[in-house]
Amino acid sequence: MASDWAIETHNLGRIYTIRNRRERKIRKEIVALRDVNLQIPRGELFGLLGPNGAGKTTLIKILTTLLAPTTGWAKVAGFDVVREPQKIRPRINMVSGGEASGYGLLTVRENLWMFAQFYGLSSREANRRIEEMLRRIGLADRIHTKSSDLSTGLRQKMNIVRGFLTDPEILFLDEPTLGLDVNAARDVRRFIREWLDAHPDRTILLTTHYMVEADELCDRVAIISQGRVLACDSPEALKRRLQREALFDIEITTPNGLTAAALEAIPGVRKALLTESNGIARLNLVLAEDSVLPSVIQVLTEREIGVRHLTKREPTLEDVFVELVGRPLTESEEQAREMNES
Amino acid sequence: MSPEPDLLRTPVPKASGWRLFLKTVVARAYPRVIGQQRERSWIFFDVFLSILAVSAYVFVYRAIGAPEEYVGFVIVGGAMTAFWLNVLWSMSSQLYWEKESGNLALYIMAPNSMMAILLGMAIGGIIATSLRAVAILAVGSLIFHVQYTVGSIPALVAVFLLTLAALYGLGMMTASLFLLWGREAWHLANLAQEPIYLLSGFYFPVKNLGFWVAAVASIIPLTLGLDAMRQLLFPSGAALGFLSVPVEIALLAILTFIFLVAAWWLLRYMERIAIREGRLLEYRR
Repeated sequence: MASDWAIETHNLGRIYTIRNRRERKIRKEIVALRDVNLQIPRGELFGLLGPNGAGKTTLIKILTTLLAPTTGWAKVAGFDVVREPQKIRPRINMVSGGEASGYGLLTVRENLWMFAQFYGLSSREANRRIEEMLRRIGLADRIHTKSSDLSTGLRQKMNIVRGFLTDPEILFLDEPTLGLDVNAARDVRRFIREWLDAHPDRTILLTTHYMVEADELCDRVAIISQGRVLACDSPEALKRRLQREALFDIEITTPNGLTAAALEAIPGVRKALLTESNGIARLNLVLAEDSVLPSVIQVLTEREIGVRHLTKREPTLEDVFVELVGRPLTESEEQAREMNES
Repeated sequence: MSPEPDLLRTPVPKASGWRLFLKTVVARAYPRVIGQQRERSWIFFDVFLSILAVSAYVFVYRAIGAPEEYVGFVIVGGAMTAFWLNVLWSMSSQLYWEKESGNLALYIMAPNSMMAILLGMAIGGIIATSLRAVAILAVGSLIFHVQYTVGSIPALVAVFLLTLAALYGLGMMTASLFLLWGREAWHLANLAQEPIYLLSGFYFPVKNLGFWVAAVASIIPLTLGLDAMRQLLFPSGAALGFLSVPVEIALLAILTFIFLVAAWWLLRYMERIAIREGRLLEYRR
């Protein structure tokens, strides 16, 4: 069944139920996803941006037929994930960041060949594609290395090749550059982009909590927090939301009891964020317009706070995230972790 | 990087149906057949240590003046121990390890049949373990001068193959069970290892345990398999046998059928639970 949408979800939700093992009573319910509505056309590189615990991996599991939703429905390549998983599976693949799939005793080539067989590729075709893809991702010299001897970065490159090897119509990349160094992450991003250029009809859903990655790669981005999609648009359009506002980064001498709330009380200050690291205090401000800045400086002066450095800058996806979620991504991750632990 | 778009742009032909099933079986058997031979330490751990364990029983039997056939019984039992350990640690526990490494999610997500994955694991395990069993049998027979008198080669081959089919069928069945029981997989395997040495009569004729204990122990296919093989390999085997060889062959065939059907049903059940609850597919990363 052909569908205009590679991925489509309607009011998709997932609640995890944690039961008391002995009494079989429900101990806790965790809402991982709620009312997610997405329509992703074929040929798009779609990003899901959010902190750990936001629901990104849950959504990917549902779309890859590994988890059933508790409400709503989802279709992948036009097929329902619950009723028609067998029609979806030949058309998709998935790579997760930091995964340890495959077998350490097998070489890179052997591991990749094995996974290619599970999708029905002929050995000749599989080996041809393995060599070519390893060359492109910069792993050709390790083709005969046992995967247990690979570093984290090289192993992840192997995993990336595993995902692309089977020529999926729709590929799910769950934090593909997690834990990679700058060079390895750049190689992976370049490989993804190159593959999509060669396959304009293929679709990638990528989850990340690296703003730069989403900005650089994605045609559209959905910002997700606590299981809800808060915004969904192209990175440019998302940033344009803030372009009417003025963004300033100010490095100050010492906060002297200053709080973000005190700054947000100033008329025209839309958002204020105060951070301290390595003894340096920074203010990130979203102002209604440039003319609000003198009022901020006045408050700083009244509190005998010196300004070391002041920059006006263009909005980033991080700013969009802060605007939508109300806190930066790192804080959101801490909050999600605390919620999961409680 | 020099882009060569031709290769990546070419549509990839993919097999489906029984050809995909066969490909999956072969691919999943590969790590066991090839990969497991790469660590040469298996010669020490799987053969030398097994010979040591067997030797202890041989010396005890010789010290108490047991019939010389008992030495042969022990050697055959020692060789078959390799299959029991393989089933326990590399079949029953395997889906649990696959889950922990993240492979299980990839297996379920792929278009292949999970039955093909289990069958590949079993066939790979049989081939790799046969190498170890043959080594134990050859070295043990050589050291302790064991004489074999094969009554019927076709019957012996049939018993051996049916024993392995039923045993690995049991392993395929328990793979899903161990996964459903979760973290206890390690403990379950430990718990099952030693008692089965006793109940299945690895080092003595199972008839000595009495009819009812031997009958209950027969749910482990090695009990009947070992008993039938000893009857076919040694002149006094029939006198020490639990049931007649044809009956044991028939029972092994029934066990094979039951275990394979149960394995298929439990796999589907495990997959349903995994997808419904989510917890069975969580892995460390």
